[in-house]
Amino acid sequence: MIELQGLCVGYPGQAVLENITLSFQPGQVLILLGPNGCGKSTLLRTAMGLQPKTGGQVLLDGVPLEKRSAREIARKAAYLAQSRTVPNITARRMVLHGRFPYLTFPRRYRPQDHEAARRALEWADASDVADRPMQELSGGQRQKVYLAMALAQDTETILMDEPTTYLDVGHQLDVMDVARRLAGQGKAVVVVLHDLCLAMRSADEIAVLSEGRLAALGTPEAVYASGILDKVFAIKLGRMETETGFQYYCTKR
Amino acid sequence: MKRWPTFSIRSKGRLLAVLALLTALAALLSICLGAVFVPPGQVFGALSGQITGTPEARIVLFARLPRTCGCLLAGMALAVSGAVIQGVLNNPLAAPNIIGVNSGAGLAVALCSAVFPGVSGPLAAFFGALAGVFLVLFIAEKTGAARITLVLAGVAVSSMFSAGIDAVLTFVPDALNGYSDFRIGGLANLSMSRILPAFWVIAIAMVLALALSGELDILLLGAETAQSLGLPAKPLRLVLLALAAALAGAAVSFCGLLGFVGLIVPHIMRRLVGEESFWLLFSCALGGAALLTYCDLLARILFAPYELPVGIVLSLAGGPFFIWLLLRQRGGRTHD
Repeated sequence: MIELQGLCVGYPGQAVLENITLSFQPGQVLILLGPNGCGKSTLLRTAMGLQPKTGGQVLLDGVPLEKRSAREIARKAAYLAQSRTVPNITARRMVLHGRFPYLTFPRRYRPQDHEAARRALEWADASDVADRPMQELSGGQRQKVYLAMALAQDTETILMDEPTTYLDVGHQLDVMDVARRLAGQGKAVVVVLHDLCLAMRSADEIAVLSEGRLAALGTPEAVYASGILDKVFAIKLGRMETETGFQYYCTKR
Repeated sequence: MKRWPTFSIRSKGRLLAVLALLTALAALLSICLGAVFVPPGQVFGALSGQITGTPEARIVLFARLPRTCGCLLAGMALAVSGAVIQGVLNNPLAAPNIIGVNSGAGLAVALCSAVFPGVSGPLAAFFGALAGVFLVLFIAEKTGAARITLVLAGVAVSSMFSAGIDAVLTFVPDALNGYSDFRIGGLANLSMSRILPAFWVIAIAMVLALALSGELDILLLGAETAQSLGLPAKPLRLVLLALAAALAGAAVSFCGLLGFVGLIVPHIMRRLVGEESFWLLFSCALGGAALLTYCDLLARILFAPYELPVGIVLSLAGGPFFIWLLLRQRGGRTHD
């Protein structure tokens, strides 16, 4: 499990994150919300050790992240970056790369890696595009392949930075469905989202970041009741009860 | 964008076999053809030591064999170097010159021609190329080794070194004699002893580059994704570029500045075998060796007994190809 304790990140003279204490619980979907530039992506990158911190600690299974090798971290946590290069390889090859942390020299994929990639493709509902080049896939298909790559990495924690960007609403729901199913398997899933309504219906817990600080942390119900989202985003968040639970909507304040 | 077909592993194996055959044929033709035709039987006789002392045997052993080995070695090294650089920088238009190989080697050769006229400059070219690249890598490392920084540092260092070359040639015009041969590039007057040091450098760098092909594949996914998969992207990027520099530096040390091999061969091979680095580097080695050997052969026989510098043939073939490539790339998607 990844725990952030009093985490501070920034540049000389400019703090990006201040005193963030948060843990990524197994079996839960934690969604990070906040306005642009509030430090959501920085939080994920720092939790993976991809960006240096200026204070506090990141613990991975109780051990400070600095004491873990990059390969050890990669076996515990997968990270789906916001900006991704699209190489000219097949989707299956792309997913296989998720097995890289488990390879030893000379880094040739073994039969069990191929099997893990096949299962991951199936899980992410991307088997049908497995043998097509990545550059020929649509945004939604690519996203499923990236998800499959993260699944093939077989980690306890999965961090996704805006996985629904550029996707149509059907694919957005598909991605969040995968996130929920992963949490159902006992994994800790952390997602940065901009769509408040999708976040409210998909999260077990919501963390609201504002100006680099943790403004609120709790269940969607509690966060909604606190009114913090209205304040942070300068909107009016409403909801109505339907047969499938509460549906949320935003209006300008 | 129209796509060329990519091949399965079995087809890739077949493709490599075809490339190996084409390369072997290029080598044989390169030894047989020239101002004097030497039949294949006599070539094998001379190579196996059964025929000695004849003019044909001497032509084979002391003129065409070193030249052919030089072509194979330089083509292989420049193409693999280009493939590694394009992969690491994620820039399909990158080539060894972009990280300071050509300008570093050029300045060293110009200085060598000015200070020690008449002394051949392969060693100067090799160390000049390495010095150019390490200066670029040093600057890039200090600024985070981002891909764009590497390219910009390469441009800055190259333009400084080019100014240095111009200054040397202005103050010591006689240095132009030694430098112009190097700049045009060519494989005439090679000897086995001259290419042997380069052979060892290229062989070691090639083995290391192939050994790191799995890591190069991961690097192609972008630095953040690579790091999240447990790969130390920044040091690996520098190691791979140093290997590419050693390959290109060793090649230019005996063949001068040969353009386009490092640019077009990786492009062709990428379209044939895809971006899996192991296959790509292997096919580039064979394709580069074959291309340079055929171009050198053309340079020798097109206007025989006069000989064109191979650099001119390469540029005449490579220039139009590159323009065609640019036109084809319009609209290609490589990023989300």
